[in-house]
Amino acid sequence: MAVTRNSDAVAPVRSSSAFSIWLTRHASTSVGALGRLSRQPFASLMIVLVIAVTLALPAAINVVVKNAQSISGGWDNALDFSVYLKLDIPVSEAEGLARLIRQRADVASVDLVTADAALADFKLASGFGEALDQLGENPLPHALIVRPSPGNTGASLTLLQEEIGNLPETDLVQVDTEWVQRFHAILDIVRKAIAIGAALLGIAIVVIIGNTIRLDIENRREEIEVTKLIGASNAFVRRPFLWTGFWYGLLGGTSALLLVQYGLYLLRGPVTRLAGLYQGNISVTTLGASESLTIIGAAVFLGLFASWVTAARHMRRIEPR
Amino acid sequence: MIQLDNVTKRFPGGQEALSGLSLSVDKGEMVFVTGHSGAGKSTLLRLIALIERPSSGQVIVDKQNTQRVKRRKIPAYRRQIGMVFQDHKLLYDRPVFDNVALPLFIAGVSHRDAGRRVRAALDQVSLLHKEKQSPQTLSAGEQQRVGIARAIVTRPKVLIADEPTGNLDPDLSLEVMRIFRRFNEVGVTLLIASHDISLIDRLGCRRIALDEGRLQQEADPWQ
Repeated sequence: MAVTRNSDAVAPVRSSSAFSIWLTRHASTSVGALGRLSRQPFASLMIVLVIAVTLALPAAINVVVKNAQSISGGWDNALDFSVYLKLDIPVSEAEGLARLIRQRADVASVDLVTADAALADFKLASGFGEALDQLGENPLPHALIVRPSPGNTGASLTLLQEEIGNLPETDLVQVDTEWVQRFHAILDIVRKAIAIGAALLGIAIVVIIGNTIRLDIENRREEIEVTKLIGASNAFVRRPFLWTGFWYGLLGGTSALLLVQYGLYLLRGPVTRLAGLYQGNISVTTLGASESLTIIGAAVFLGLFASWVTAARHMRRIEPR
Repeated sequence: MIQLDNVTKRFPGGQEALSGLSLSVDKGEMVFVTGHSGAGKSTLLRLIALIERPSSGQVIVDKQNTQRVKRRKIPAYRRQIGMVFQDHKLLYDRPVFDNVALPLFIAGVSHRDAGRRVRAALDQVSLLHKEKQSPQTLSAGEQQRVGIARAIVTRPKVLIADEPTGNLDPDLSLEVMRIFRRFNEVGVTLLIASHDISLIDRLGCRRIALDEGRLQQEADPWQ
């Protein structure tokens, strides 16, 4: 067998366009990295699960907060002011005042509850009907139920409350907003806590993936040395590890998403029953498309970041001996 | 093609593997480097492959002064040289085909284009029928031939080999050397480190004898 100048063998390394080379390399390396993961299904599954649970935790708490917000969101607009007028204000004046307040931009509606109507209501609701009949005259003032328009902020609501309170006809403005404000403050804290927790868990994911990649690099040290010996660049030997990080991120993020959605699916039954008991209209908000993409995107980013940092650090050290 | 000018390689401990060595290998030559272990054969090849750099002196390969090859450019430099190792340095987690195709993949050749060239290379070492096997299932001689196919698949102008027959019996050694000879006949420059004097003599190639890092000019004990 003579060495012939066979055209196939002699042809110089053909230079396709740089981009198509790049694309071809990445396509085959990504498939190769996935194949490598699938050859160690148990170990890969463990890591994917760790990433999934780590990401699912903040995502799930976030969904709970979002649901709490959407429920309490209804309360914001339902913050009616009860404006009790002075006892000596006649109905006609009360009606005029109601018209005046109704014209304000920050007010959605004003209902007048006359003293008579209030007493009738009270009789019916309290069960003290006969006792109340003993009263010579109606002790109740006329009242206005002021509903602020939805665009109000906390500050403008306070201002509105003050201005109505300062009217000469007003005896007392009653707004039971404090507990709502507290609830919102708690949600704010929880939201911040989630952000901090998510950042810490993100670091944990980077460490987990980085460590896994580091072990992978150590296991393949000889292969890396040989590959470098026959002319592979750092970029070439790094590539499979970047793709490994990518796949960990993608699979972990997707699994996290499935975990959260499944958890919400499990909660849907009990929540519907609770809503039924309160005759309320509570429904569970699930993760939207953009949130889902954010979770997967974050996972992929963390995977790539971890593998990049790890591979860049170790690849330079491994040189043929 | 390969030229060393007054090359010294001193290791951190202070001992010199090469001391003021000058030699040259012409284009199309097939030259053997001989000497006892520790004579500096491997160091010489490692300098050419830029695994090490000389402490002083110049190594020029195919008109390139290796001194001027920057660290980042070393991979591209190595891709121009075929390398064969005593321990084959094959990757045992993938079949013969992928081992031979590796330099092509590194160079960015697509899998489809690589196929024909890998088969041409395997054909030259008579291993065409084993491309799907794992290197582990092959004999030592066959593994070495896979290593050679990998070294020549990119058609390098220069091929260096460090004790390529070190682990082989005489018949297999001769077969390997014949393969090298055939490459030489089509113009490849070869520099082969070996201590198998009788084999080298049968091939009738030029010999560079090293002794303690220097050229051993006279009183060659083997001749």
